[in-house]
This record gives sequence, C-alpha cells and structure tokens, in this order.
Amino acid sequence: MLIELGHFALILAFGIAIVQMIVPMVGAHRGNAAWMALAEPAATVQFLLTGFAFAVLTWAFVTSDFSLQLVYLNSHTDKPMIYKITGVWGNHEGSMLLWMLILTLFGACAAWFGDGLPTRLRARVLSVQASIAVAFFAFVLFTSNPFVRLEVPPLNGRDLNPLLQDPGLAFHPPFLYLGYVGLSMSFSFAIAALIEGRVDAAWGRWVRPWTLAAWMFLTIGIALGSWWAYYELGWGGFWFWDPVENASFMPWLIAAALLHSAIVVEKREALKSWTILLAILAFGFSLLGAFIVRSGVLTSVHAFANDPARGMLILIILAVFLGGALTLFAFRAGKLEAKGVFSTVSRESGLILNNILLSVSCFVVFIGTIWPLVAEMLFDRTLSVGPPFFDAAFTPFMVAIAIALPFGSMLAWKRGTFERATKALAGWFVLAIACAALAYAIQSGNSALGPIGVALGVWVVGGALADLWIRSGRDTVVERLRRIARLPRADWGKATAHIGMGVTIFGIAAMTAWQQEDIRVADVGERWSVGQFEFQLDGVNQLQGPNYLTTMADISVWRGDRQVGDLHPEKRFYPVANMPTTEAAIINGVLRDIYVVVGDPQENGGWAVRIYLKPFANWIWGGAMLMALGGCFSLSDRRLRVGASSAKRSAKAVPAE
Amino acid sequence: MKRLLIIVMLLASPLWAVEPSEMLDDPVLEDRARALSQGLRCPVCRNESIDESNAILAKELRIVLRERISDGDTDRQAVDFLVARYGEYVLLRPDARGANLILWLAAPALFLIALGIGWSTIRTKRAAPAGLSDEEKAELEKILRS
Repeated sequence: MLIELGHFALILAFGIAIVQMIVPMVGAHRGNAAWMALAEPAATVQFLLTGFAFAVLTWAFVTSDFSLQLVYLNSHTDKPMIYKITGVWGNHEGSMLLWMLILTLFGACAAWFGDGLPTRLRARVLSVQASIAVAFFAFVLFTSNPFVRLEVPPLNGRDLNPLLQDPGLAFHPPFLYLGYVGLSMSFSFAIAALIEGRVDAAWGRWVRPWTLAAWMFLTIGIALGSWWAYYELGWGGFWFWDPVENASFMPWLIAAALLHSAIVVEKREALKSWTILLAILAFGFSLLGAFIVRSGVLTSVHAFANDPARGMLILIILAVFLGGALTLFAFRAGKLEAKGVFSTVSRESGLILNNILLSVSCFVVFIGTIWPLVAEMLFDRTLSVGPPFFDAAFTPFMVAIAIALPFGSMLAWKRGTFERATKALAGWFVLAIACAALAYAIQSGNSALGPIGVALGVWVVGGALADLWIRSGRDTVVERLRRIARLPRADWGKATAHIGMGVTIFGIAAMTAWQQEDIRVADVGERWSVGQFEFQLDGVNQLQGPNYLTTMADISVWRGDRQVGDLHPEKRFYPVANMPTTEAAIINGVLRDIYVVVGDPQENGGWAVRIYLKPFANWIWGGAMLMALGGCFSLSDRRLRVGASSAKRSAKAVPAE
Repeated sequence: MKRLLIIVMLLASPLWAVEPSEMLDDPVLEDRARALSQGLRCPVCRNESIDESNAILAKELRIVLRERISDGDTDRQAVDFLVARYGEYVLLRPDARGANLILWLAAPALFLIALGIGWSTIRTKRAAPAGLSDEEKAELEKILRS
C-alpha cells in the first residue's frame, strides 16, 4: 500500500511539474501575476511529493520488502543497516530517484530563497527548472520505475555489489548529484535570461551562488569518489580517466570557468554571452555525464545497469535541452551587449584566459572520452583512449593555468600592470624554483614531473598568499595582518580555493613521481624493508563478517625499533553476490600513506603482499577540500547573503539591453 | 564446514594484478615491462590496463610481454607484437596516425582558435568608446557597493 502511495506521489509530482512548466511561463509572457505566482507553491509541492516517494523507497530497503523488484535485486537481510539505506541509490532506478529529489529540492530552494528576484525572472527560472523535472520524471516513470512489484516476493534478496558496500557510497553519489543537478539552476537562469533578453550585474549576482554551490558539491563529490577508488580498488590509483570519471570532471571544469566569468558579469558587466554559453554547456555536460553513465555506450569500470533504451531517452533529453538552449542562444546572444571596457592587461583579460584554458582542457577530456565511439562509427577503427593520452594532452593546459593563475588573479580590474604583480610575486618565483631544485637534488632518478609539480604548487600557493598580502596596503606587519583578517570573505574564499588548487597540484605530482612499490611473497614471520620502513607479516587469519568471509593479514610496520602501526589488509568474499574484493589497509599520514594489500597464498607457502609508500597522497584530496572550503567562504560573503534583495532595487533602474 | 568455505573462497579469489611470480629478476627489464604494461589495455576487461587487471588474459599478456622483453625485443617491437594480435584496441595511448590526428590536434587547434577569439574580444573592448557616463558610473557604484 505504502509502495503504491509512493508511486502515486511520483506520478502526481510529474503532473505538477508539467503545470509548473507551462503556466508560469505563459504568465510571465502575458504579465499575469497570479499565473506567475503559481510556480512557487508548485515547486514546493513537487519537492514534498518526490521526498515522500524517496522516503517510501528508503523504507522498503530498510524493511527489506522483497516484493519490490529493486529491493530484491539490490539488497539482502544480512546487509548492515547503513548499506541498506545507501543501497537505495546504489542502483540505477534508486539513484535516478535521488537525482529527482535533488532536482526538485533545487527548484524548491529557488522558490524559497528567491525573494530578491524580479517576479518575471523568477517565474521563468522556475518554469525552465520544471521543464527539466518533466523530462526526468518521464524518464523515471517510463523507463526506470523504482516501484515495480514482484508477483511472488522471494525470501531473500541478491545483495548489493560488494564494491558498493562501503561508507563511500553514503556520501559520494549524493554530493555528485548535488553538483550535477545544481548546475541545472545555472542553466535555468541562463535560459530565463535569454528569454528576457537581459543579463546584468544583478543577474550575475543571483547566478553565482547557485553555480558556486553546485561547483562546491561537485568538487567534494569528485574528491570523495577519487578517495574511495584509492582505498577500495586495491592498488592506490586516485584517478583513472575512466569515462564515468570524466563525465563528472567535464562539468566541473566548465563550472569552474562559469564561476570565474560570472564574476566578470557581476563586477564589470562584460563577457555576458560567454557566461550564458558556459552556463548552458555546464548543464549540458551534466546531462552528457548521465548519458555516459546510464547508457553503457562507453565501457567503464563503474557504469550502472546498461540499457540502450534508457540511453536513447537521455540522448533525446540531452538533444532537446542542449539543442534548444543553443538555438535560443544563437538568436538572443547578440542582444546581450556588454558594457564594461577593459585594456589588454586587466583582470578581465586574465579571466578570459582562465575561461579559455578551462574550456579547452574540458574539450580535451571530452574528445578523449568520446573518441573511441567516433573512431568506431566514422573510421571503423576499434581503439582505446586511456590515461597515457589524457596525461599527455591534458597536463599542459593545467600547467599553463597554474603558471598564469597568480598573475591573473592579482591584476587590477579594467586596467592593470604587470609590474605590481611581478614585484609581489618575485620572491615566490625564486622560492618555487629553489624548491624544485631541492626536490630534484633529493629525488632518486631524474624525472622532471616531481620538481615541476613542486614548483607549480609553491607558485600557486605563494601567489594566493601574495595576493592577500598586497591587498593589505602599506603599514606595519601587524597592521597588515589585521587588515587581511578583515578582508571580505569572498577574498578569503578566492585565496583558499587557489591555495587548494596549488596543494592538489603538488600532491598529484609528488605522489605520481615519488611513490614506492614493493611486490613480494612473504612468509609468516618474515620481515622486510621498503623505503625507511620495515614490515613484518605476523599472521593470516580467516574470519567471518556480517555478510562476507575474510582472509585478514596482520602486518606490523616498523621504523627502526619503533612500531608505527599494525595493518590488517583483507581479501573478502561475498557469498551471496559470489564476488571477492580486496580491502587495502592504509596508515594515513601528512607526509605519506603506507598502503598495504594482501594477495593470494602461494603454492610454495607464503602470501603475496603488495606495499606502496605514497608520499603526500592526502594532499590531493586535502587540496580539493580546501577548494570546496574556499567556495564556502565565498558563499557566505556578506554581498551574497544580503545582496540579493538590495540588488533588486537597483536592478529596476538598470536599462534593458 | 569452515574449511570448505575457505577452499571455496580461495577458488573464487581473483587473480591479482602483477603477481610476484611473474616478475622478472632483472630490475631494469622489469621496470620496462611495468611501464609498457601500464599503457596496454586488457582486451577482455572494462577499461583497465593489463598492469592493473585481474583477468587471466591480462596475466597471460603480462607474461608474454615479459618474455618478449627478455628475448631482447625493443619496447616498440614488444608492443607491436601485441598490437598485431589484438589490434590497436590494446593501445591506451592511441597512435597519432590517420584519423587519430584529429584526436591529438583538435584541442591544441581549439586552443589557438579560442586564443584568437579571446584576443579579438579584448581588442574590441579596448577599441570601444571608453568610459561610462557619470550617471552610469554612479549606478555601477551603487550596484557594486550593495
């Protein structure tokens, strides 16, 4: 009964979304206030209904209601409670329902917090948002219905894929979807602005927080996913250039570009059409991501149940929204005359370079991801595009961004000089080179990757610090520090996010260049050394977990006579899913991770053991978290908290363009 | 019963990426083999290199690769040997020949075009009648301050 109520709620939400798509848009066109006002309660009700449907599905998973096909296929009574709950979105249908929940949540948020928006713009934004919801409600109800019942409920379920039985599943997909779907708000704002034919500073200010929030969530989601892969897949890679990873990385890159160009719209009323285009593309890449993950046209390690029919429908959604938006853009972009003028050396030019580099690097990822498909269809060549291509083609653009970033971020708006930036950065430049030289001298082997990464990391972090420092004016050190502490939070956000970028660059380069690996057969009691550590295999035990069997090794780690830790890497076997997994054991550290994996017993006795020392591994995700934290700071800036409503008053006076 | 379970478990356990028994004694050759195998795709897996893969075929290819290298093949010859048998599908770094030139050159080309567009945007901005009217300036001030 409850299940059916959930199903009905979903159908009802679909109907409301259709109404919300049409009525406010017509109302905005005719200037009918009542019709426009319909959008807000509709958005709220849509969200509540979807929330109810989601709660019902969660309840079915929690109580192991195997009369529901989805629960039967993806759950088991022995599964720990947390995985029963996270299992709701550990499958295609459930994850689509989560997607809908977040989509309607964003729509509702625009209704709840959109008081400062002009009525007409708000009605149009909510209407466009509802049109996206309509497409996806149709997709869920017609191709991926989570509420399908089984005629004869089985006694027990088939369990969740063991790789997904991990706390990572609790956080990674929700954050990722908050990011993907959050970009739909930027898209809706862009379309509404195109329909209105007007983009001004106030518009830039309304779009920025949504984009910033989406980008932050995407950053956290991607970092969590990368970290999850790092400890779960058993050999300590953190990024595989897999199509599904790329699917999340492309919108991230475009959203990062969008964030920066929206600043130009907000502060200088320039780069308007460019910003609109980025907003369209950012959500377009989100949809492309959904297509890649759910259609299975590209083989990936972590695609969901693949179904060509579903893929086809998403492709149609993608074509309609992206095609429609771009057509509208082509007709209307000319009306978006920019006002701000700026000289060649200025913050605006710096941000144009940022936009170009981010967009082109996104294009590298894009073409690398779809090339196997294109080559097969057009040139009849079956080929692969893997990490070596992306490393070679993508890295130069990131290096260019890192080199340009400190300069660009320090230039003045409208008309800047290189001298100011050069003077402030000279010290950091010397330090960066010195650090690189030091790294080169210390490291064994003569790979250039490590030293270059060190130099870029120091350069970017130093640039962010120098930017804060230069803004504190001329005074005593204490007074300047006091002023820095009082800078607007947006400035802190900028500095923090840029420092995070530097930290991540450093982490990636250091870990890739200097990781040590040791693969060997070890007997119980044997002791061997890797780097400055010694490892001893103390024993191997067979144990039983809640829904798996495990072979757990006991390995002690020593540094000289001091024991650093005790590691218990496992090989698990999940009988219901009939699937083995490896569970690495890791000692996380600021300077290095010690990463241990146990393998098979060998014919002549002993166990295969793999040990990695991964220097600065945590800096990769730490940097990403700093980037997200920077987003938080910016989002909490006074200007965005209180700015919207006061901007409304001034927006009326801005002449239509 | 427990014993039986353990046996079942061992039977079902995956083969392991690079195994100690496969590795060559000569560290220089082994390093070369590792580097090469990271650039070769396992033909039966979902987007994994033979270096990472647990599949039986990947293991066999790792061994074949090491045999070729031990027999004195150059890197190129060893890779070509596998490409001749499994097609260019196994190359994770597609070669820059024929249509693949598009793949390799599209991004740099787009970068140059984008730079051109960016540069012309900056030039037109510069050429545009400079400055705002006083009224506009006051308006902008108000917006920026709020």
